[in-house]
Amino acid sequence: MKTNGGAALIKSLELEGVEVIFGLPGGAILPVYDPIIDSPIRHILVRHEQGAGHMAEGYAHATGRPGVAMVTSGPGATNIVTPLADAYMDSIPMVVITGQVGTAGIGTDAFQEVDTVGITRSITKHNELVTRAEDIPRIIREAFHIATTGRPGPVLVDIPKDIVDPANPNSAMEWYWPDSVDLRGYNPVMKGDPAQIEAAARLIIAAERPVIYAGGGVLKARGSDVLTALADLLDIPVVTTLMARGAIPDDHPLCLGMPGMHGNYTAVTAMQEADLLIALGSRFDDRVTGKLDGFAPHAKIIHVDIDPAELGKVRRPDVSITGDCRLVIADMIEALKILGAPDNQPDRSSWKSTISGWQEKYPLSYVQSEPGDFLKPQFVLEQLRDNTPDDCIVASGVGQHQMWTAQYWKFNHPNTWINSGGLGTMGFAVPAAIGAKVGRPDRMVWAVDGDGCFQMTAQELVTASAERIPVKIAILNNAYLGMVRQWQELFYEERYSEVYLSPDLPDYKMWAESMGCVGMRVESPEDVLPAIQRANEVDDRPVVIDFRTDASEKVYPMVASGKTNSQIVVGPEGL
Amino acid sequence: MNTSTSGTRHHIVSVLVENKPGVLARVSSLFARRGFNIFSLAVAPTDDDSFSRITIVVDVESAPLEQIVKQLDKLINVIQIDELAPGDAVERELMIVTVSVSAETRAELLSLAGEYSGIVLDEGTDLITVSLGGTPASLDAFTERMGSAVVAYQRTGRIALPRIRS
Repeated sequence: MKTNGGAALIKSLELEGVEVIFGLPGGAILPVYDPIIDSPIRHILVRHEQGAGHMAEGYAHATGRPGVAMVTSGPGATNIVTPLADAYMDSIPMVVITGQVGTAGIGTDAFQEVDTVGITRSITKHNELVTRAEDIPRIIREAFHIATTGRPGPVLVDIPKDIVDPANPNSAMEWYWPDSVDLRGYNPVMKGDPAQIEAAARLIIAAERPVIYAGGGVLKARGSDVLTALADLLDIPVVTTLMARGAIPDDHPLCLGMPGMHGNYTAVTAMQEADLLIALGSRFDDRVTGKLDGFAPHAKIIHVDIDPAELGKVRRPDVSITGDCRLVIADMIEALKILGAPDNQPDRSSWKSTISGWQEKYPLSYVQSEPGDFLKPQFVLEQLRDNTPDDCIVASGVGQHQMWTAQYWKFNHPNTWINSGGLGTMGFAVPAAIGAKVGRPDRMVWAVDGDGCFQMTAQELVTASAERIPVKIAILNNAYLGMVRQWQELFYEERYSEVYLSPDLPDYKMWAESMGCVGMRVESPEDVLPAIQRANEVDDRPVVIDFRTDASEKVYPMVASGKTNSQIVVGPEGL
Repeated sequence: MNTSTSGTRHHIVSVLVENKPGVLARVSSLFARRGFNIFSLAVAPTDDDSFSRITIVVDVESAPLEQIVKQLDKLINVIQIDELAPGDAVERELMIVTVSVSAETRAELLSLAGEYSGIVLDEGTDLITVSLGGTPASLDAFTERMGSAVVAYQRTGRIALPRIRS
């Protein structure tokens, strides 16, 4: 069948099962936008290309399916660089299609030309400049395969205008769809090595103070159920990193919550005192380990990751297993049972009582505000947590509000927590929440955002209103770039440099209303719950609530930069 | 001028890649990102011209090299990577060198070039260009003996294959 590159591109996306594209057209990508009119694929017109990228990420986070974004060449491509980097750091499956100037113009400083594959090389799992129309179906097929298998990640496909423009002979091609993907240099290992799994099982069953250190890889592998089964089998406590919140329910008695720089005392200290860390899809990130040479000093390490480059990158494991977390954990459970589990293990009652002692002694805490004072952000989060469905999806930006949400929310379902972990991208929350709601229209989706973050990407609420995507945004408005302020307070002698934003410039309520949202402002504790309830009832447009919060409130516990995790400070009196 | 390649921190990495645009940039940028200087690099298609072999000599400690090799392996276009220890590889490099000669030194130069199996490529009244192939160390030795007579020279960077084990 005769076709052209543009029609073939859209057809290929349809065959990959794409149901939605987040994008914004422009000159070089124009010919691809024409066949979209006749395609069953929904297109969501964003207001800035960064929004398209983060929406695709939010969609992928919430559904486990690859997010798709499409933008034009030049500034369209550079505007989506940040989401690509974000998705690469957090292993989000995403396919980004960028327009490119015609093949004859490439390298001539043509209008809206940039070297997109050059710019994005180090922040994509793979990228490809397509030079012939007939390569499009094969490269799209490969792009989705690469993005979604092994360690997931973003793949960019850069498509010159002439090969998709039906008016140009370069776009002519015979339609085909490849039966399979043949990439000699790409063969992710899924099954773990049985000998290594057995070695791991022997370490686990002999350990006296084991801790499971679960990372985002568990969620990517859809391994929540096997993770919980492994923990249950031997009563092993589990910490869930920022990227793994919800991998085991927070309500599960073995779940210790989040470790790391702002992790809770018990999670951080259990890792420090452990004699065995079972790292599953986690990568010993500096925000988790603190000062590396003081991290978990007594622990042997079992490290499971689908990416062999993670094994030994930061901390030498005693047993390393390359493989998919779900498959490896399932095999590990079998290996443990052969060794006699759940019997045949040392008495761990003193370890368990030590841990519950820490939980009792060092819970998360804050002091409720006096009447007339600003709201405590933790109080707002508790109210939000307790008055939304258990499977509510929560997105956040980056900063204090993100840490408080990670700490105070109860994540009892996988893929309900969506945030920017590795890159730390301010402005992530609003578009990510929109993408999540598009992917999971059946779920309630809240974004918890900071005032600084909100100002970076708020324009996407126009998109949400126009497309009737009823997300809800809680701005914890402390009028500051709060996390930077916290560091300046603690480590720069309270010399506040360029962190003040103002609580009412812009007027968030009016801004929300001007974007077609319901806007509210809440200043006193008794108004928090009614506002949340009112927001929960709105189902035909986005809602923004401007919660006026206390700027002096800081995120605790905290392991200061350069300190070991044993030097964790639980509250303001410690610093 | 020390071009010695026998230093203990030198590693040879032989990378079999798909013969496609941009692949060399993907490979070299992994070294550049970490601030590792590529000492020499040779790239050409293999017997199957859908693949190229890149031979990289890099000056780096073993631990970061292990991480680079693992990152290289993640590149979709990379088929295979071999780290070649100096004793486990046969290595060759090609050099062309222009030296200044006088009536008195011309014979001496030609004899020395012959000693190193050099071939005269070009000749003038006071300049001679010869080509030499050999181990990197032998090329170093030749250059050293030429001393200040060297006017210009170009080396290809080494190519290497694993030794045949019997």
